Parts: sequence; structure tokens; C-alpha cells
Amino acid sequence: MGQILGVVIEHEQGLTKPVSLEVINAARKLADPISGKVVVFYLCPEAGEQTELFLQNGADEVRLLQHHDLNIYIHENYSFALAQELEKSPVDYLLLLATNNGKELSAVLSARLGVGVATDCISLSIAGDGDIEAVRPVSAGKALSTVRFSGKKPYILTLRPNVFRQTETPVPRAGEVFQQDIQLPELSHQAQQLVKKVGSQLDITEARIVVSGGLGMQGPENFELLEQLAKALGGAVGASRPVVDNGWREYSNQVGQTGKTVSPDLYIACGISGAVQHLAGMSSSRCIVAINSDPHAPIFSVADYGIVGDATKVVPALTREFKRALAS
Amino acid sequence: MKIIVCIKQVLDTAAAIQVENGQIVSPGSPRIINPYDEFAIEEAVRIKEKKPDTEITLLTLGPEGFKDSIKKALAMGADKAVHLMDPRFEGLDSYAVARVLASCIKKIPYDLVLCGKQAVDVDRAQTGPMLATFLAIPFVTVVTGVEFSDDFQSAKITRQVEGGSEIRELVLPFLVTCQKGLNEPRLPSLKGIMAAKKKEVSTLSAEDLGIEAGTLDCADNKVIQENLCLPPERKKGIILEGSEEEISGSLVRLLREEEKII
Repeated sequence: MGQILGVVIEHEQGLTKPVSLEVINAARKLADPISGKVVVFYLCPEAGEQTELFLQNGADEVRLLQHHDLNIYIHENYSFALAQELEKSPVDYLLLLATNNGKELSAVLSARLGVGVATDCISLSIAGDGDIEAVRPVSAGKALSTVRFSGKKPYILTLRPNVFRQTETPVPRAGEVFQQDIQLPELSHQAQQLVKKVGSQLDITEARIVVSGGLGMQGPENFELLEQLAKALGGAVGASRPVVDNGWREYSNQVGQTGKTVSPDLYIACGISGAVQHLAGMSSSRCIVAINSDPHAPIFSVADYGIVGDATKVVPALTREFKRALAS
Repeated sequence: MKIIVCIKQVLDTAAAIQVENGQIVSPGSPRIINPYDEFAIEEAVRIKEKKPDTEITLLTLGPEGFKDSIKKALAMGADKAVHLMDPRFEGLDSYAVARVLASCIKKIPYDLVLCGKQAVDVDRAQTGPMLATFLAIPFVTVVTGVEFSDDFQSAKITRQVEGGSEIRELVLPFLVTCQKGLNEPRLPSLKGIMAAKKKEVSTLSAEDLGIEAGTLDCADNKVIQENLCLPPERKKGIILEGSEEEISGSLVRLLREEEKII
């Protein structure tokens, strides 16, 4: 029997986050060469049609842990249920998303189980001795650290969203599904009642396309131009730190070392000069387009395509062109 | 209220870095209080301004150089500091650091523990939630708002999640990890800097904490760094030229045909 790779699904009211499927895909890729098995843990009030989705994406086994308080995530419920379940059905590795929830849960599980955790991994491989080796950015990506685990299992890894996206269509598996009703800690219901979620925008860390603005946008009103471009592309709008510090945009949109690190397919930097903290937060994007009026701006050093010009003039032309192209 | 604020000293975020012998180096660059920990210090000071019988204790684990950050945090308004310093603490992973912090905090009375949401050097975001788990107290991570009840016994806490936020209520004692947006950290005033010089800083070793030799050292680390390197350089890009319409047209074509993104 090969190694067992567990995957914890993140969902919003029973709807699996698309980036969560990347984690199943990543586990599948690791499992195949070592004849490993991918076990998906889904904590929910009821499975609905999600089970099929996990099997389609490469799960060998789905373990449904059901309780009516599990329609939303709270760490108390998740860590309690998973710690119990992992005793019954042990895994060698446990993979989660490196979202705020996933990072939090991985830390609690690590402390509860006395095992190691590698946060925000961007690359996973199997080393010669059959154990996982993970690459994770440090200092917001200014350097890359390769880590291995030691001691008790399971080894826990959180995976950066958008990095492990499936390129080819996954081969569906005829997997086994185990369903069980579980107990939760006493506070479960009370805490669940108290958690209220506000807002449901596409987050810049989960968007495939990020359109980001800096001081070169000249004022908060011009971010509407970026909203329009992002809307045309189905992306999200980010911002540089000075923009956030000026109060033009919310801090949750900030890209960089004291904001979010993003790795989208396409990052369009508009009027961003490219301070070292900003470059750290976005230079792992697959394709970077930079628009800036200063041809010597550092942002051009990481850009695949550079446009020297006033972003407030270039962006509307780009939006028109993208709309035309996407309509055709 | 007794507040413990956990802080770490890090390399200035504006620093360009090099890698030497598996370590990040940046000669001559300043060290700063981890930016997220500054939100934690500020929040504690604001609570004290509203509730003057509050006592703020800083807690840090690191080498002698961390004294610079302790001084600044005391100047911002913390009352005293505990500096955990021991050669045995060098190179510990988050799990071990959280264990050491917990062993110290268990010995002192507290109502509230404030941490930064992550250190901007190792970017692990683990110490806060691990510490709360070891202390067996409730916690909320990535917090952008803490609103105490009139009797300062419970608080409504706003937590940032991808694409939105959550609100939950906790009764003391609890721990939160602080995120940008919680407050605007103050600069130390001249008066604060002068007052900081008289504040108590106690230094504790592993032995002082009762940590037995051979436990909680880096040989027990659960995560081991094998290699550290700079990220690969990006290939040189091209500058598109022409009118705005021409540039837009060629960019869209390149993104579709070459990059296959749209």
C-alpha cells in the first residue's frame, strides 16, 4: 500500500471553492508515481453533488463528515472533527488551501497533533526517499525555501491558490464514498450562530486575472477604469501600498509584502512603479503586463509586456480591445 | 486588563536581499518591528487609553538585537517587556516557538494575547493560532476590528477572509492575530521614548522557563529547511509601441495567441 494523501476541502455554504479542486489535482499528481491514494475530507451538512466533483478531479476516496453546523467554517469545529477522523483513518500527508481558513486550520491541527506544517507551498515533489519536498516563498517571495518534514505524521501542507491549476482534463476515478454523522464540540452551535459573513467578492488571491493600480492612476475615481477592465476579463482589482495608505482602496486589495501575495495567470500593473515590496508580492504571476509613464520604473524589470504611457489613457483602450476580442 | 503582545523583529520590508549559506542577508539594512505586530501593539495601547488600569506586557523571543524593537514598542506605550533569549532558541520552527511562548505565558496572569497575523520574514502565519491552541484559549486570526463591550469582558471581532469578512464574539481570555486595517500604529513620541528608558525589561533563558535540556531545541524541528535560494529571474520582456489602439490590439493578440490566457 502506497502513501495516503488527505485533502481538506474548503467550501462556501456547501459550494466547493474552485481553488480547492487544485489541491485534489496536486495530490493526484504526487500520488500517481508512488502508487499513493488520494482521500478527500469534506466537512458539510450534506454532501449534495459535491462528491461527484471530487471523484471527477481525481479522488480515490471521499470521506463525508456531516453535521448541520458545518455549513460554514469555524476552526473549532474543523480541527475537532479532523483530529478525531485522522485518528481513525490516518494519512501520511494532509493538504489544504493556503487561504486564511486553511492556514489557520493547519496551524491548529499541527499544534493539536504535534506534527509539522509547511505554509503556502508553490511547488511539491517526491524526493528520492519517497517523502514530500515543498518549496515555499519567504519574505513575500523575495526568496524560496525548500523544506522537508521530520517526526510524526501526518505532514501538513497548505497550497497557494492558483498555482496548482490543472492543465489537462483530470481522469475521473470510481472512488469509494464513506459517509458519517459526526459529533462536534459543545460550542459548535453557539459559535456558528455568532459568525456572520459579510461580502463575497472575488478575492485577488483567488482570481485568475488581477488588474492592479498604483499612484499613477492619479486618484481613487480612476480605479473605476480598472474595475471595468477587470470586469471585462472576469478578474479582480488590486492596489499598491501607497494607494491603500492614501485611502483610495481597501487594504484587503493590497498586493505586496504587507498585503497579499498573488500568483494569477495575468497581472496587469497600471501606474505602479514597482517598489521592492510590491514586486515581491506579484512577480510569481504567470504573465505580467506593466503600464507606466516612466520608462525606467522598476516594474518593467519583471514585466513580460511593457507599455510606456499614461495608464488612465491606455486602460480604456485595452478594455475596449479585450471586450471586442472576447466577444468574437 | 492584562494584555500580552507578542512581537518579532524582522528585516525592513524595503530591503533588497541576498542569500548566503542558507540565510537571508541584507548588510546595512535596518531591522524593524514586524509590521503586523505594530498593529497588535497599537491595539493594546488604544485599549489602555480607554481602560487605564490595563497593563501591557511585550513578549519576544530572539537575540540581543531584538532589544531595539522592544525599546520602540515600549516607547509606543507598552508597560514592560519579557525577552526570551537563549542560544537554544536559535533556529526553532513555529511549533517550538509557540511552545516556548506558551510556557512563558502560562506563568503570568493575562486576559488578552495580541499577535501579528504573520511575520513578514518567514511568512508562516502559525505562531498565533498554535500559541492559542497550546494555551487552550479561543482565538481569531487575521483580525481587522476588535470592539469591546462596555465592561471589557467580551468583544466583537472582525476577521478578514478571502472576498469578505466575518464577525464573531468572544469572551476573555482570548488571542487575536492582527491584520492591516485594524488601526494606524502611532510613532513613538519624545515623551514615550524617554519613559521607555525606565521601563522594566526582564530577560529569561530556557532554564528560567523550566524547559529541560534536550527538549524544544532545533534538533526537534518538525519542518527543516533544505535549501534557500533567490527566485528565478523572469525572462526579459518586450516594450509594445504605437498608438493606444495599436498597443491594445497587439497586447490582446499576444495574450491570446502566445500566452493563451484569454
